[in-house]
Parts: sequence; structure tokens; C-alpha cells
Amino acid sequence: MIKESKLALTDAKTRKTVDAGDYFIQTIAAGETVRIIDLDGNQAADTLFYNAHDPSERYSATDTIREQAALYLTTGSMLKTNLNRDLIEIVADTCGRHDTVGGACSTESNTVRYDLEKRCMHACRDSWMLAIAEHEEYGLAKEDIGHNINFFMNVPVTPGGQLQFADGVSAPGKYVELTAKMDTIVLISNCPQLNNPCNAYNPTAVEVVVWGAA
Amino acid sequence: MSTTNLFSDDYTTVIAPGSHWSLNVRKGMQMRLTDLEGGANVAMLFYNPSLLSEKYNAPDTLKCQHTFKLTQGHCLYSDMGRVFASIIDDSFGWHETVCGNSHRKHIEDRWGSRHYQSQRNKWLQNGFDAFLVELTKYRLKKQDLAANLNLFSEVSTNAEGQLRLSRQSQANDSVTLRFEMDTLVVMHTCPHPLSTAAEYPQKPVQVILEKAKPVLADDYCVNLCEENRRGFHNNALYHLGM
Repeated sequence: MIKESKLALTDAKTRKTVDAGDYFIQTIAAGETVRIIDLDGNQAADTLFYNAHDPSERYSATDTIREQAALYLTTGSMLKTNLNRDLIEIVADTCGRHDTVGGACSTESNTVRYDLEKRCMHACRDSWMLAIAEHEEYGLAKEDIGHNINFFMNVPVTPGGQLQFADGVSAPGKYVELTAKMDTIVLISNCPQLNNPCNAYNPTAVEVVVWGAA
Repeated sequence: MSTTNLFSDDYTTVIAPGSHWSLNVRKGMQMRLTDLEGGANVAMLFYNPSLLSEKYNAPDTLKCQHTFKLTQGHCLYSDMGRVFASIIDDSFGWHETVCGNSHRKHIEDRWGSRHYQSQRNKWLQNGFDAFLVELTKYRLKKQDLAANLNLFSEVSTNAEGQLRLSRQSQANDSVTLRFEMDTLVVMHTCPHPLSTAAEYPQKPVQVILEKAKPVLADDYCVNLCEENRRGFHNNALYHLGM
């Protein structure tokens, strides 16, 4: 569901541009709001969330899908943890649909999807590996890198059970905004994928904006 | 005296309802699962026994084969681009892999609380706890619990993405997995998390383990799509030593 935010960028606590192929990691407190802006359109922001006090509790796609009995994420979607607790809620969304079935790109899945000899091309999971290696203070390890959200990606499932990678429904300036229900680590890989036509083979920057609790 | 018949090359057992099990299945073996009474659900996860951080990856499995449902011909991928198992036979046609498990609270709300002393083998086990028990045997933790398969459960969607448990298997429906690398298989027979059955489904599942036929050049799973050819190529390189 399309819903615009009432928050003003001038009131934001932090603003950070994340280039394609880079990562973003930051803790936001319960009640704080984070917005991800697709600056140039049809980008994929591969995102994971964790309980900041115990990252073994994390965003769970299966728990979220099961509880809302729906596949796509948009305004009103409550993102659940692997313990089925409320983690963070989508409170505004000018894109209208986000994917949580397709997962992230990795160098290994690129070999299957595109070509074995593309095994060394940059991928989302490598950005996360670098993020957790450079930021040991968050206490994250490989087993914490799970099944993510692809903000701005459109991956429709047909009634017959096919999975399509459709043209994005996003466009320059569209955003999604979430309010944390617990102190939350936000970990984003801004997708570097060069092999997928859904970003016109042109990965671009996103902006991450944080507001203090209302 | 010959010892070749001391133990047979295959094994048949029945997994009781609401139960969990794990086993190390070798490359070249196949596992045929049969829903004996109809309405069963088998939740399953795979790990590489020699590299436990490598595990079944539902998103890669779905996007590599452009499918939401899993059936005959599909490969079940690890997060390292390899094929744990391929579905070589399937009478049901649609197994799902996005709805995960029930938690204790779901079971309590629908069918009552779990109480072994009064329920014994009919206890109302939940899928999440069932997986945790098996994973802990291998020093795996809840962080290692990925989106699992729910075999014998069809979950379909409308244009808005709303989901429902649209079909479950009939008595004697079966699915056969052929293992393409050594695989730690972790499984349970707790109800599907979207089940709205009036009673906790008490559904046994037969498991037959036996040697699979060799994978030939015209294999249906290998040739289902270019992606699977590359997945099998990754397995071949893995067994070559990469």
C-alpha cells in the first residue's frame, strides 16, 4: 500500500548515501525510524535486521510471511524475528511492494545463475562479509547472514507457482520507511549486481536516513 | 561364509507424527518419502556435514530455477552454489519452502499445549523446537536454522501475494530425493504452520533409503535448466577438490 511519510528530511538525525557495492551498518533505538531512498530508481537494497542486544534473534522472512499470510512487504507489514517477535514495522512506502523471497546475490549463486567464470564478481553477500569483519563490535558471524529483504525489488509469484523477476516498480526518489520495535541493527548491502536486467545492469546509490523517536 | 547379506543395502522406516530425526545421507543415495495416510508435512533442512556453515538456501533454490513451487526436476541448492539433492520423482507436484515452522504458541493456540507426561508419543510438538533439538546435536544453533522445505504442502498465492495452504498430499503420495553430495538431513513431521485442521494432524511418514541409479548425461534434473547444469558442474568441481 502506498503511503507517504510526514517526516521531514530537515529533522533527520543522520543521513548517509550508500553507493552500489557498499554496505551500511548502524544500530537504531526502539521507536526510531529509518528510511531507505532509491535515489536513481530500480536499485535493490538487500537488508537484514537484528536485535541489537542479542543478534541471534534476527529478521525472519518465514516468520514474517507466515504471520501476515502474504509474500510481499509494504506499509503495515510487521517484520518478525526468528522467535516470532515484532522487530520493525514498515510505516511508509512510496514503492508499494518489496521482495523477501529472492534473497541476496552471492558469488556462489552467481556461478549458477550466470556463469561459473563469474565467481569473482562482487556480490551482496561479500559486502555483508566485509561489514561483519570490519565491525566485530556487532557480534555478527556468517551464520547470522540469513534470508534478507530486497527493498525495491519486484519478484512476483504467479498463481501457478512460477517466480518472475519483473521490471522494478520503483523509481527515482521512491522510499520505504520503518519504525523499530526493539533496538535494531540495520545491515544493508546496496546491491552491486551487474548481470541482472532488473536494474538495467546499472547499480546506483541509495540514501539511509534516521529520525529519533517521535 | 558370505557376509554380503548380513545387512541389506536399503532401509525402510516410519517417522511417527510430530517427531524429528537427522541423518547423514551419502552422495548417491536416494530417500523416498511417502505420506502414508494423507495430510502429512515433512519439514527438512540440509547441511554439509564436513562444513556445517554450508546449508540449504531457499532463495537461491527458487531464483536459480525461476520457481516458487518445488517438484520433479528441481534441485535443492546450498548457499555455496552446490546441489545437495535433486527431486527425481514426485507424485504430489508442489512442495513449498517459504512458510517455515510453527512455534510453541501457534500449536497451543490451535490445538493445546505440549505435555509429554499426559500425551506421551501423541504430544503436540512444534516445528521450531523439533528443529532446535536436532540442530543442537551438531552444535548448530537457531542462527543456523534457515528457511526450510515443507514437503507435501502446497502454498499458493494470488496477485496481491496473499498465501494459503491450498493443497496437501493424499495417502501414498511420495517424493524422492537423490543426494548429489554428502548431506546432513534434518527433518520433522510436525504440522504445516498454516494448517487449520480441527485436530493436531497425527500423520506418519515412511522413509526408504536406497542406492540411486547413476546420474547420466540425459538426467532430467541436470537438464531442467542451464542453471542446474551449472549447479551440477559446481558439484563436480567440489568432488574434484575445489
